[in-house]
Amino acid sequence: MTATLNPSALNPLAERPRAKPLSTRIKTIAERMSWQIGIGVILGFLYLPIALLIVFSFNTSRSLSWPMSGLTLDWYRKLAENTQLIDAFGNSVYVAISATLLTLIIGVPAALALDRIEFPGKGLFRKLMLLPIALPGIITGISMLSLFRILGLNLSLETVIIGHATALLAVVVTQVYARLQRLPASLQEASSDLGASELQTFFLVTLPNIRTTVIGAGMLAFTLSFDEIPVTFFLTGRDNTLPMYIWSTLRRGLTPEINAIGSLIVAISVVLIFISVLLLKDKKNSVR
Amino acid sequence: MANIISVKNLSKSFGQIIGVNDVSLSVEEGEFITLLGPSGCGKSTLLRMMGGFETPTHGRIFLAGQDVTDLPPNRRTINMVFQDYALFPHISVGKNVGYGLRVAGMSKREVAKKAHHALTLVSLEDRFDDSPQVLSGGQRQRVALARAIVRRPKVLLLDEPLSALDANLREQMQVELKALHTKVGLTFILVTHDQTEALTMSDRVVVMRSGKIVQIGTPQSLYEHPDTDYVASFVGSTNLFRSRVETSPDGPTIACYGQPLRTPSAASVPLGSEALFGFRPEKAELIRGDSAARPNTLARQGDQCALLRSKRARGGRSGRRTHPG
Repeated sequence: MTATLNPSALNPLAERPRAKPLSTRIKTIAERMSWQIGIGVILGFLYLPIALLIVFSFNTSRSLSWPMSGLTLDWYRKLAENTQLIDAFGNSVYVAISATLLTLIIGVPAALALDRIEFPGKGLFRKLMLLPIALPGIITGISMLSLFRILGLNLSLETVIIGHATALLAVVVTQVYARLQRLPASLQEASSDLGASELQTFFLVTLPNIRTTVIGAGMLAFTLSFDEIPVTFFLTGRDNTLPMYIWSTLRRGLTPEINAIGSLIVAISVVLIFISVLLLKDKKNSVR
Repeated sequence: MANIISVKNLSKSFGQIIGVNDVSLSVEEGEFITLLGPSGCGKSTLLRMMGGFETPTHGRIFLAGQDVTDLPPNRRTINMVFQDYALFPHISVGKNVGYGLRVAGMSKREVAKKAHHALTLVSLEDRFDDSPQVLSGGQRQRVALARAIVRRPKVLLLDEPLSALDANLREQMQVELKALHTKVGLTFILVTHDQTEALTMSDRVVVMRSGKIVQIGTPQSLYEHPDTDYVASFVGSTNLFRSRVETSPDGPTIACYGQPLRTPSAASVPLGSEALFGFRPEKAELIRGDSAARPNTLARQGDQCALLRSKRARGGRSGRRTHPG
C-alpha cells in the first residue's frame, strides 16, 4: 500500500502519483486499527483469565466480585500453612520430573532408531509409537489400571509416572524424530569416520545438535504431566497431585487460595520459560 | 610402491537396483586416483563401501593387506571428505579438526597442537576459534580436508568435494588439492563427474559406467588410447565415425568423411569389416598454402585416428596417435 511499491514510481515517464485522497487515508488508518483491535482481542482471550486469576489472588474478600474489596497477601500465607496443598505440589513436581526424564530416556533413543536404523516392522513400530497421542487419557488410565491390577502392583505415584510416560512418549518421539530427519546423516557418518564409537557420536555430535528440540520436548512433557488429571485419577494411590487436589477442593467452591497457587504456578512457568530461552541462546549454532 | 587398498569382485545392490557390479580395483600407496563417471554410475557407492558406510553385497575390501570388509568406519584407518563437508556446526573450526584425535583419547594440548598444524596446511590457522557456520564454501572445504588428514589416514576418500564450489574457486581448489597431496603424501581417492578435474589432478583415472569399470589408465593414456567410444566421448571431445577398412599398397585405409586415410591402427581389424574410429578436433592441423593454386589445406594423417571398436573384433587395441608437427 506504500508509494514505493507503486509501479509508476519506477517509471519516470509515468504520471507522478498524486497525494492520496482523504478517503484512502482513512481507510488505511481504519485498516491498521482493526488489525490492532483484532490482535488485542486474541491476546485478551489468551491472557485475561490468567490476569484475573493473579489479580484475585490478592483480593481480601473470598468472593470473586469486582471491584475488589482490598489487597492482601493472606491467601499466600494460608497457602504456606496448607500442608496438604504443599504435599500435592511436591508430588506433582516429582511426578512431572520423573515422567519427563523417563520419557526422554526412552523417547530419544526410540526416535534415533526410527531415524537411522532399518529393521523389519519399522513402519508398524512408528505407527504404534504415535498411536497413544490419539488415545484419550481416560483409555490410557483404565487400561493401565487393569494392567497394574493383573500384575499385582499397588497404585502409587510411581504408577502415575509410568502412565504419564506412556502418554507422553508419542509427543517426545514425534518431535525428536522430526528434528533428526532434518539433521544431515553425513554428520554422524563423519563422526564415525573420524574414529568415534556409536556412544561418542551420540553424545558429542547428535545430542548437541538436537538439544534445543530435546529441551523443548522435555518442557512440553513436563507441562503436560504437571496438569494431567485423567490418567492420574485412575493410577494414583493415596497421594494426590496438585491438579487432583485443586479439583477436589473445587467441589467446595473456588477459593482465593486456589488463585494464589495458580498465580505461583504461572510465576514458576515464566521463570522456566526464561531459563529455557537462556539455555537455548548460548549456542545458537546448534539451531539450523 | 606397495598396494594400499584393493577391492575384489565388489558388488552392491539396493533391492532391484545394482549400484556396483563386480568391480575389482587396486590402488598404490601415495597414488592420486579418480573415479570418474556420470551420476548413478556407482562411483560414490564404491567410495562409500571403501569408507565403510555401505556394506557390499558381494566381494571383499583389503586395506594394507587386511580384510576390512566387515569393519565399521571408525575401525578403518581411512578418512573421508564429504560432499556437504559435514562439519559439526556446534563446535569451532579447531575442535572440528581435532575431533578425530579427541575421540581417540589424545590430550587436549596435543589435540590443539595437531589441529593447528593441520589448519596451517590449508592456510586457515587464523580461523581456529571461529564457528564453521561463518566460513565460506571454499574455507569449509579446506577445514573438512584438514579434519580428514589430521589423523594421517592410510587412504583419504573425497566424495565430489569440489562440486559445491563455483567455477573459479573449483579450479583454485584443484591446484590446492593436488599441492596438498604432494605435501602430505597420502593416498587420495577422489570421486567426480567432472572430466577436467579427473584429468588435471589424478595419477590414474578409473572410468565407470553402470556400476562397472570401463577403463583404468593415466589421464594421458585415457585421452590418447580410449578403449571405447564411451571413454573417448566422456574424456575430452571426439568426432566418432564408422568406416569399412580397405587395403592399399601403404597399409590399411579407412574413409574419414569421404576422404581415404591410411590408418595403421586399423591393422587389427579384418579387411572389409566395419569399425568405429575417433578423431579429436584438437589434433587437426591447418597447413598454410603457398599459392592460390594450392590454398590452405587441412592436414590428413591416418595415424591420428583411433580405432575404438570394430564390429567383429570388439575391444581391439586402439591405434597410436602422435601429436602433429
